Amino acid sequence: MSAVAHVRDAFARMAEVDAGPTGLNCILWTDEERALADAASVDAAATHGELAGVPFVAKDNIATTHLQTTCGSRILEGYVSPYEATVITRLRDAGAVLVGKSNCDEFAMGSSNEFSAWGPVLNPVDRTRVPGGSSGGSAATVAAGIVRIALGSETGGSVRQPASYCGIVGVKPTYGRVSRFGLVAFASSLDQVGVFGTTVHDAALGLEVIAGRDALDATSADCPVDRYSTAGTADLKGVVIGRPREYFPATLDPRVAARCEAALDLLRARGAEVRDVSLPHTDLAIPVYYIIAPAEASSNLARFDGVRYGLRVPANGLREMYESTRTRGFGPEVTRRILLGTYVLSAGYYDAYYKKAQEVRTLIAQDFRAVFDAGVHLLFTPTTPTPAFEFGAKSDPYEMYLNDIFTATANLAGVPAISVPIGDIDGLPIGGQLIARHFDEQTMFRGAFALEAARAGAR
Amino acid sequence: MAVSRDDVRHVAALARLDVAESRLPELVAQLNGILSHMDALAKVKTTGVMATAGVGDAAMPLRADIGPPIPLLHPLESFAPQMRDGFLLVPRLATHESAADESDE
Repeated sequence: MSAVAHVRDAFARMAEVDAGPTGLNCILWTDEERALADAASVDAAATHGELAGVPFVAKDNIATTHLQTTCGSRILEGYVSPYEATVITRLRDAGAVLVGKSNCDEFAMGSSNEFSAWGPVLNPVDRTRVPGGSSGGSAATVAAGIVRIALGSETGGSVRQPASYCGIVGVKPTYGRVSRFGLVAFASSLDQVGVFGTTVHDAALGLEVIAGRDALDATSADCPVDRYSTAGTADLKGVVIGRPREYFPATLDPRVAARCEAALDLLRARGAEVRDVSLPHTDLAIPVYYIIAPAEASSNLARFDGVRYGLRVPANGLREMYESTRTRGFGPEVTRRILLGTYVLSAGYYDAYYKKAQEVRTLIAQDFRAVFDAGVHLLFTPTTPTPAFEFGAKSDPYEMYLNDIFTATANLAGVPAISVPIGDIDGLPIGGQLIARHFDEQTMFRGAFALEAARAGAR
Repeated sequence: MAVSRDDVRHVAALARLDVAESRLPELVAQLNGILSHMDALAKVKTTGVMATAGVGDAAMPLRADIGPPIPLLHPLESFAPQMRDGFLLVPRLATHESAADESDE
């Protein structure tokens, strides 16, 4: 099939599932004519990259030169970047074709996609439920069968959590594995670009194309990139998988626990040794995360002031213009997090909150290092405490933040993690998470391939 | 450490946000609700523990002080709010805040 045919199929599927604002609302911006022209160029090329003709979408916080990049926010309405994110360039160089930008929680702050200025995304599995967030638009686009590969971003679980809720694969690479040039910054010590895939192979292929050192991002690591798409092996002999007890508390939904135990049985059957381990500071991850991330966000989002980007609300003088623009441009969750972040950084509270959170973050990272140094290759946990919930079910901000309880630790420690479907509960998908040592995505994908294959064999 | 209305007014001013008085009670309650969960951190002994500002094994690598070319698809004029003679035009500084002054920016 030609690239043009693949792209035509993607747009036909968008129409079929009603991907726009009257339906799933997962796709915000498209340019079909341009996408078809790009596809025609791929077809006409003398050589073909490993993703030749594969349509993909990118989250609305990743810079693209022909489609808007609004971060799901009024404050960037109409903004088109003059440069392209490195991850987009690398996918396009491999022959993939950008067919749209996907909806997300405003500035990637949210776990349900209810906080986009462009309205919520519906979960394709059950349209009465959230798709997860913040990269819910990308997850829904893959789950709806529009594309096989989509880009999202991760700060505390924003790829893995929606992957779990939508029944697809979502991977967050090691901090530094993928260039962030062109990713709009939320919390710079945590942010990473992640990849969704219909299968583990799709996610692996997408990641191996975008990974690697980039001269335009000083935080990208100069570290060899393996062929993740070939990481699958017949068995898991010699692989030790840790089952951290803190991720299986007595309060965990027993149906989620049962799906996880069944997945662990499948991994054992493939030859893995499963060991009980402890990550004792896990319960502190959410307090730490919700101090550090808002603190960094309050600084990063200071640039949106009406001077350089997007919205400007005229007012009487500079300060009033700043305040009018930011007050009208930011939605309620972003406003709340900027206030929270500014508070924990302010004089008198810095040591008690921000510095303390940074110290406890060290303890959380040490937990991971200790289990990996003790011979454990992978950790297996639930991705989320529950399946997707209904719209409006979580009105208390902290209750919403607890959705990230099993995912935020990997961001705080900087280690790679992947969510793979492990079953469903009353028809709603649920994911299991594999976490690996820094820059050991290859072993992580080996485990993910094995789990996926074992589940397929067991059905 | 309970957050007060004055605290919210103060941080809103620092963050250049104009929070309406009518929203203050809700924001005060929400911030206090969130921060009450952060109190767990105070009980953790961290004497001698280094603060982690970022993750990764290596320190931030330095590159040569040469800017790599960042290809711009569109000229600056196409995305800057206002330009004149190759310069970005921004609102006047706070020392010249009157509307009359802004007319000749």
